[in-house]
Amino acid sequence: MLDAVGRLILSFLATAGDASRFALRAAREVFTPPFEVRETIRQIYELGLRSAPLIAVSGLAVGVVLSMHTRASLERFGAESMIPAGLAIALVRETGPLTAGLLLSGRIGAGIGAELGAMRVTEQIDALEASAVDAFRYLVVTRVTACVIAVPILTTVMNFSGMLGGYIAESAATGMSLRLYFTRAFSLIDMTDYIPATVKTAVFGFIIATMSSYLGFNTESGTEGVGRASTQSVVYSSVLIIVCNVVLVRLIFFLFPEVAG
Amino acid sequence: MTPAVRLERVSKSFGSHKVLDDVSFEVPRGGGFVILGRSGTGKSVTLRHIVALVRPDAGKVFVDDAEVSVMKGTELARVRRGIGFLFQNGALFDSISVGENVEFPLRRHTQLNDSEIRDRARGKLRAVGLEAEYDKMPAALSGGMRKRAALARAMVLDPPLLLVDEPSAGLDPITTDEIDALLSNLKEQGGTTLIIVTHNIPSARRLGDTLAMLHGGRIVEQGTAEALAQSSNEMVRTFLTSQYAG
Repeated sequence: MLDAVGRLILSFLATAGDASRFALRAAREVFTPPFEVRETIRQIYELGLRSAPLIAVSGLAVGVVLSMHTRASLERFGAESMIPAGLAIALVRETGPLTAGLLLSGRIGAGIGAELGAMRVTEQIDALEASAVDAFRYLVVTRVTACVIAVPILTTVMNFSGMLGGYIAESAATGMSLRLYFTRAFSLIDMTDYIPATVKTAVFGFIIATMSSYLGFNTESGTEGVGRASTQSVVYSSVLIIVCNVVLVRLIFFLFPEVAG
Repeated sequence: MTPAVRLERVSKSFGSHKVLDDVSFEVPRGGGFVILGRSGTGKSVTLRHIVALVRPDAGKVFVDDAEVSVMKGTELARVRRGIGFLFQNGALFDSISVGENVEFPLRRHTQLNDSEIRDRARGKLRAVGLEAEYDKMPAALSGGMRKRAALARAMVLDPPLLLVDEPSAGLDPITTDEIDALLSNLKEQGGTTLIIVTHNIPSARRLGDTLAMLHGGRIVEQGTAEALAQSSNEMVRTFLTSQYAG
């Protein structure tokens, strides 16, 4: 029993170490030429632009629900006029980035894990290497760069669609105008709310891309392994995002004390 | 003259399973070297050593004068540019079309313009009878067609060394003959060095100047087809005189 637990811990530490080395290599090579510009742009389209509808629709729904909850709470204090601002702060500081990160770990993480896993088991990664192409740079670094660029942009899309969802709910409840809603929404937020929280999602993008690439790149056991890589990509990315979010929020509070206020 | 490929006492294990055990051979430039053996005897692993997709636990692998078994990065990439590799299952990139697959090495490693790249890719696909499939996706092709498209990709840079893993697997006898003729022509007319893994004895006889029989991780016999057919080793003799044709 003790042996089995020991083996499990050692195996976990070995995998964690391996994944960390993989992530460090990816982080280093993102800034090292030659750059795979064409493939990176293709990945931004595949991973970023094609995720936009999911993010926009989800943001809209989250905005509607948040607005309804906020109304139920603030009505008790007669502070309904604060609903747009409260919703905007909640979305921009935390709900938007975290929801976008988790949604994208599903959409992008599963995709990368499955795609690279399939490429591994069908020898396409070996074929790239045999063609004198650095498969790590071509497949991993391009996806990491694409995610680091795309996830903050998609988070911004989520924030706006969330606010739009909030407006739809408010408009239905009170007939509030679009202009008044957004004037109130932006009255209490500034760049110190938006920038740190959105930059944080670049880290989420890095986590999603490196974790799923690592699992896809090291897939074994045929199609079963591809399925496992895909599932694990979502699970591990999501858990890492949630855990890292705690650290990053603490860091943001330390660097930008006004955000905590 | 330096041989095109040289393996010196190469051993390789995966876990506790020893796949190659002290394997040595040389392939002269422009020669045809065929590796025979039953399934799971390490034939493909041997090919993968030559292009450094697998590193030996012991021993050395040379391509020309370059010891690829210890090379990395740009140095290894330079050697790999001179090697074409046909994988057992083709390994076409399934997110791009057949034509783009064949164009891929040209776009990566040459300064040719778009129309030159397309012309050359079409020419290679024509040579394997697949010009009409240029715009199709790999998933739309049969297994044999995928194999031929992958061969076109492996040949597109006209590499001086071509490694071919099971060229006739999944192909009908007529297409097998056409592929054999194509490979034979590359060797005879183009001076390409061929290293081929196959179970197809007629193909092995046609393409191989030297045949090597792998068994239990070792080369148990090496020589011309005629010499192997007269071998004192009954397993080698049986294999060489088998009527199995792919």
